[in-house]
Amino acid sequence: MATLNPRHEEGFFYLLAGIGGLVSAIGFAAALYMEHSGHVVTGMNNQIVWGLPHVIAIFLIIAASGVLNVASMGSVFGRVLYKPRAPLSGLLAIAMLSGGLFVIMLDLGRADRLMVAATHFNPTSVFGWNVILYPVFYALVGVYLWTMMERRMNPFSKAAGLATFIWRVVLTSGTGSIFAFLVARQAYGTALLAPMFIIMSFSWGLAVFLVVQTTMYAWNNLQLPALILKRMKNLLATFVAAVLYFTIMLHLVNAYFAKNIAFEYFILFDSEFASMFWVGQILVGTLLPLALLFSPGSRDKVLWVNVAALLVILGAYYQLYVFIIGGQAFPLEIFPGYDVKSSFMDGAVDHYSASLPEILLAVGGLAIAFTMTTIGVRILHFLPQDDLAELEAAASITD
Amino acid sequence: MSGNNPRRAFIAAAGAGVAGLGFTAIAPGLHLMAVASEANAANAATETRKAGTAASPAVRWGLLIDANKCAPGCTKCIDACHTENGVSEQLPDPRQNSQWIRKIELVDKRNGRVTQLPMMCQHCANPPCVDVCPTGASMKRADGIVLVDRHTCIGCRYCMMACPYKARSFVHAPLTEQNPEVPRGQGCVESCTLCVHRVDKGQQPACVESCPAGAMTFGDLNDPASEIAKRIASVPTSQVRADLRLNPGVRYQGI
Repeated sequence: MATLNPRHEEGFFYLLAGIGGLVSAIGFAAALYMEHSGHVVTGMNNQIVWGLPHVIAIFLIIAASGVLNVASMGSVFGRVLYKPRAPLSGLLAIAMLSGGLFVIMLDLGRADRLMVAATHFNPTSVFGWNVILYPVFYALVGVYLWTMMERRMNPFSKAAGLATFIWRVVLTSGTGSIFAFLVARQAYGTALLAPMFIIMSFSWGLAVFLVVQTTMYAWNNLQLPALILKRMKNLLATFVAAVLYFTIMLHLVNAYFAKNIAFEYFILFDSEFASMFWVGQILVGTLLPLALLFSPGSRDKVLWVNVAALLVILGAYYQLYVFIIGGQAFPLEIFPGYDVKSSFMDGAVDHYSASLPEILLAVGGLAIAFTMTTIGVRILHFLPQDDLAELEAAASITD
Repeated sequence: MSGNNPRRAFIAAAGAGVAGLGFTAIAPGLHLMAVASEANAANAATETRKAGTAASPAVRWGLLIDANKCAPGCTKCIDACHTENGVSEQLPDPRQNSQWIRKIELVDKRNGRVTQLPMMCQHCANPPCVDVCPTGASMKRADGIVLVDRHTCIGCRYCMMACPYKARSFVHAPLTEQNPEVPRGQGCVESCTLCVHRVDKGQQPACVESCPAGAMTFGDLNDPASEIAKRIASVPTSQVRADLRLNPGVRYQGI
């Protein structure tokens, strides 16, 4: 990319934006097809009611709130390194949330009734809370970006950043609570999920940020300063380790309860999800990134740190797949102590494979986030501008 | 001190009056519904519900199912339910078909004892499906029947995730040959309505009526004189997943 001249560069931008727009449009068309034909054209059914679209949508929503953490580190916690990164972090948050909501809303059985969702509110529903949480998140991030971009509004930036930080903690708690509040299923129904989703958002959001930041630097023929790379990769490693800790605790506590042993055995050892858990989530998504982020041969290299970040994102996909699909594939225990069977898959493990329309819808959501980011960084000039002298002075104090 | 200020008291009283008038003007239907509900509660009946009157909170409709009488291989209740409610679609993937009621075979892991029973929406007093529904489409009627308003259901399926009884189905494909009294809709979630359209006419649910062994009893759980209440008071019965304290309106005997 270092050889790109301005004309080529502009063409390349239009190409990327065009591809993103096209894939988004295909995703929208897939949703229309699902809306017209019904969910009979998906792999979802009456046992596995949430499928691949939900895995991708929830990833995007969690990562959207997490990527905003980069801004919070600067404005709320006063870290010099993160302040110039706040605008990009805000843009990514809006782009990813838009992608996630695109998928989750278009997967509804009656997507045409969005107005009903906006005008009928059930205060006891976590989904209902989210109807408030998301628009306010958009508004707060918008105001926060405004206070950062408009010089006269700069004095209010810290207050806006604090409000946004508090709201994003509430929002991710809300996402975790979608599952935490489910009394029926062995896989869910624990308060641990709310804080766990927050730490997952820290990890996945920072991983996405690192990849986007590196791409932007490379696009502009710049190299990320070593000090910044070191700080950000250390933070990513901390978050990845924290997610691992929560994962271990979640399964350990569950396995301790006799009533949940069968489910834990299923998800960890005796199902198609076991290999996704051990290889996808733990090995590829956790241990390998940690090794890359700490090994002397790779920890200082932009390339390897980014490979680690990409692996964290891949691991996030497997983690959510195991959590959401695996959690539903295991049969509901309606009659403990009995072997059960029926015409409705009672007592039977279900198998899910996503159909093409739902894959296209899910990829469409990713494309929405990609396109908004591509256009946003081009128009808004959000490339972080570091004052290295200030940074080194700050580093010498805090190190 | 402020309580002794006559002018302030007057303003407060006037404000309340204006607010009351405003409420009446804005929500006259709501007001009338409240009055109707109170009137209905006063003379709660298990008979035909007159058109335009609200369901009575004094009634709690329920079912008692005697699993000892439920014969292996018999699907009369399922056939009757699906005929009554127009649930007839046969999709290529059977897991996508709606099942408002199903037969479950239980084998006791300790001694191999086999039990059959029909399973449907348990019409909980504390229904998780109602709690989680973002639009309030999942609702519990005053008389305890849990329903889905198919005009406000957005098809998010959160209620299906929340139901501990797997009682709900999602309509996966366009529908034909619907029963006009039982509106269903593609993209909406649905479940046993306890044949609310029949109950409101003073009839029994279709499954109860069809059972050749008389294994199902329908009635008002709140009425001590009803057959269902008398039987629950005299024989040991159980609630499925009683540990969840959802207080289902469907009780079982023999499990």
